[in-house]
Amino acid sequence: MELNKSTVQELLVEEGKAAMESIQFIVIRLGEEQYGIDIRSIDNIVRMQSITRIPKMPAFLKGVINLRGEVIPVISMRQKMDLEEDVITKATRILVLKLEQEGNVGFLVDEVKEVVTLSVNEIEKITYNAKEEKSSLINAVGKHNGELISLFDLSAFSLEGN
Amino acid sequence: MDVNQYLEIFLDETKEHLQNLNTQILELESDPEGEDTVNEIFRAAHSLKGMAGTMGYKRMQNLTHDMENVFSEVRNGNIKVQPKLIDVLFQCLDALEEYTDNIQNNADEGTNDNEALIRQLNDILNDNGGSAPAEAAAPEADAASSEPAGGEKWKDIVLDDSQISVIKEAQNQGKKVYGLNVVVQENCILKAARAFLVFKAVEEMAEIIISMPSAQDVEDEKFDRDFTLILLSDVEIEKIIQAAESVSEIEKAIGAPVMLEENQSYKKAEEDAKAEAAEAEKAAPAETAMGPAEVHEETAPAPAQAAPAKQEVKKNNAKPVVNRTVRVDIEKLDSLMNLVSELIIAKNSLVSVSSQEQTNTNTAFNEQIEYLEQVTTNLHESVMKVRMVPIESVVNKFPRMIRDLSKKLDKKLELYMSGEETELDRTVVDEIGDPLMHLLRNSADHGIESAEIRAQRGKPSVGSIFLDAYQDGNNVVIEVRDDGNGIDTEAVKEKAIERGSITPEQAANMTDKEIVNLLFLPSFSTAKKVTDVSGRGVGLDVVRSKIESLSGEVEVKTKLGEGSTWTIRLPLTLAIIQALMVVVGDEKYAISLGSIQTLEDIVPGDVKLVQNKEVIHLRGQVIPLIRLNEVLDIESKKTADENLIVVIVKKGDKMAGLVIDELIGQQEIVIKSLGKYIKQCKFISGATILGDGEIALILDANALI
Repeated sequence: MELNKSTVQELLVEEGKAAMESIQFIVIRLGEEQYGIDIRSIDNIVRMQSITRIPKMPAFLKGVINLRGEVIPVISMRQKMDLEEDVITKATRILVLKLEQEGNVGFLVDEVKEVVTLSVNEIEKITYNAKEEKSSLINAVGKHNGELISLFDLSAFSLEGN
Repeated sequence: MDVNQYLEIFLDETKEHLQNLNTQILELESDPEGEDTVNEIFRAAHSLKGMAGTMGYKRMQNLTHDMENVFSEVRNGNIKVQPKLIDVLFQCLDALEEYTDNIQNNADEGTNDNEALIRQLNDILNDNGGSAPAEAAAPEADAASSEPAGGEKWKDIVLDDSQISVIKEAQNQGKKVYGLNVVVQENCILKAARAFLVFKAVEEMAEIIISMPSAQDVEDEKFDRDFTLILLSDVEIEKIIQAAESVSEIEKAIGAPVMLEENQSYKKAEEDAKAEAAEAEKAAPAETAMGPAEVHEETAPAPAQAAPAKQEVKKNNAKPVVNRTVRVDIEKLDSLMNLVSELIIAKNSLVSVSSQEQTNTNTAFNEQIEYLEQVTTNLHESVMKVRMVPIESVVNKFPRMIRDLSKKLDKKLELYMSGEETELDRTVVDEIGDPLMHLLRNSADHGIESAEIRAQRGKPSVGSIFLDAYQDGNNVVIEVRDDGNGIDTEAVKEKAIERGSITPEQAANMTDKEIVNLLFLPSFSTAKKVTDVSGRGVGLDVVRSKIESLSGEVEVKTKLGEGSTWTIRLPLTLAIIQALMVVVGDEKYAISLGSIQTLEDIVPGDVKLVQNKEVIHLRGQVIPLIRLNEVLDIESKKTADENLIVVIVKKGDKMAGLVIDELIGQQEIVIKSLGKYIKQCKFISGATILGDGEIALILDANALI
């Protein structure tokens, strides 16, 4: 997940367009990188639990879990982004997102770090050219305490990848 | 209170009446002289008219009114039943159905006046009935009962002190106090609705101070046929009576000024005030005025009354029409079902806790757990039963459809139905109508040959179509059978090759059964031309996907020249099933008990190879083996020389043996959907939550075979 640094800097320079609205993001860690997910789309964060495998499913679809009586699918965020296989640690969490069409879906992440509040002018939309499809899960970058946080585009998690 | 609250009842009952009319008119067609049938039709039409009137659907009322006139003439023997009459009547029913649909969709009957139909009806009346007095259709006659309901009941109302003082005060203020007794017709359906309309009409002119029974009871339909009001008003009593009587299905309203002295309770209270009894008798001019009218009403319908009485008897014999029922919103049942599901999951976890701690649990605890199991199972069964409805409501419309098809296709067709009382889950019944209709239409259009060909083949000129439903274990089977041409596999083959669905080489190797299954592919139709009835190729694949969405399956057996049989197999229940829990590798799976035949212990040496596939010989049958660990991509814990545990499953007449690692046992499981995110794996039909909170997948044995 290498962002073109000069592009980002260019975008950052454009900063300053008023609109002081702010959005809260949950910051998660996958490997060394940090990602943000709009807090409004998160239903729940649960500890790792036993996942029931479903045969004949793509590798990123880890299986299903029982979330208070509801059967919900769990997806490996890492494998979805073509990173190496998950390593389950104490910090591993399942992030349950409310998707518009599919209902609740769990995502396996290495760690849930914190909640940050970003004002609109700290968020930069990024556009990709067709070649960089891999990165299309990300549609914006946020700047927080001098660190960069890639922000997920939730619509990318919908059924199409299945 | 609002008329709208009756809309649902109105729709339900209208549909029932329409269905009844359809059935009866069909019967009338085959037996034009059937007196009981005509009476039944007349009653249904009459009730429809009344209901439409109350709800303010004028067009519907007009049409039913004219139909009723025709029926009345038929009943009186002035009109003979002819095919033309039947056709017109069926058209009327279609028009009424259209009104009903409109009402259901947008609470409005639409703007179609159906003048042409009304004219046709009137033509029939005028042609045959001569001077048939249209208005003489005897609804009033029907209504007039011999039972003397009504009368000046307000005299009997017990007044308390405060009410008496209110009345006195009003009289002092110069207002008039009236008593009003309203009688609804005997066969009135929505009594409370009528009463409500009367209340409304009366309230425009007067103030209701006392109602007997109370307004709440009247609203809840807790009254027999009449109710009595005491009113305060400035207007004349005649106007109020008129307003009350203008409400349809009100038999009569009687009113008169109230003399407190006449009232029983008042009399007692004012005993010493010297009541003038004689005056009370005299002071009822209204009663004498009503007198002759009543007499007239009672004498006139005497001959007509014999008929309804007869129907009553017939009804009692045939079926108990009045069941004590409650209409319940299906959503409420769904949520009840969900709660039962949760309860069963909770029960399962209790069971698993108790079995884990076997050492220190006492027997009393175990006994209670067993009792709890019994109760939840019974509870589940009861809730299921509540949700079950006979398929009758769906299949009832088919005789009419076949009749219409028969005319349209110019083929003689006869539909024989059996097992209409077979029950299925309400949600399934709602969905099963369309697929069945497709299959019947198919049989009528493609199956049954034209009259000439039938004659050549020496078949009876009337083509028979059968619709049989019956319960088979945990399934309900519905068969659509015809004695027509059967499926021409060669024609299907040609068509498939022509369309590129298969290659000629493939076609040569296909069994007849495989070829017939091609019919279920989307956009496949063997009809030479597209007709109104079928042949657009949207039929059979829709049938199959619908049935499969209900976890059912459809099969076809056919013999060229002799006919075909379509078999639909549906599970009785959708949400909770008895299942066998098994272990494969280190995963747990559930297999529906409904599809399991037996469990077998097989020595590895007994497994033979046929066409490079593993099979076993079991009681004279060769059964293919399916190693679940291979299908499920999982490592088996068993070694090759251990005995195989084989679950024999059956689908229709096909069997297969599923090889598993370990048996856990039988369990009641709640089926949970895997959600939309997971594209349904073909042989996984869902998941269930086990007692320990873990999830086990449910194997669909049917998909594995």
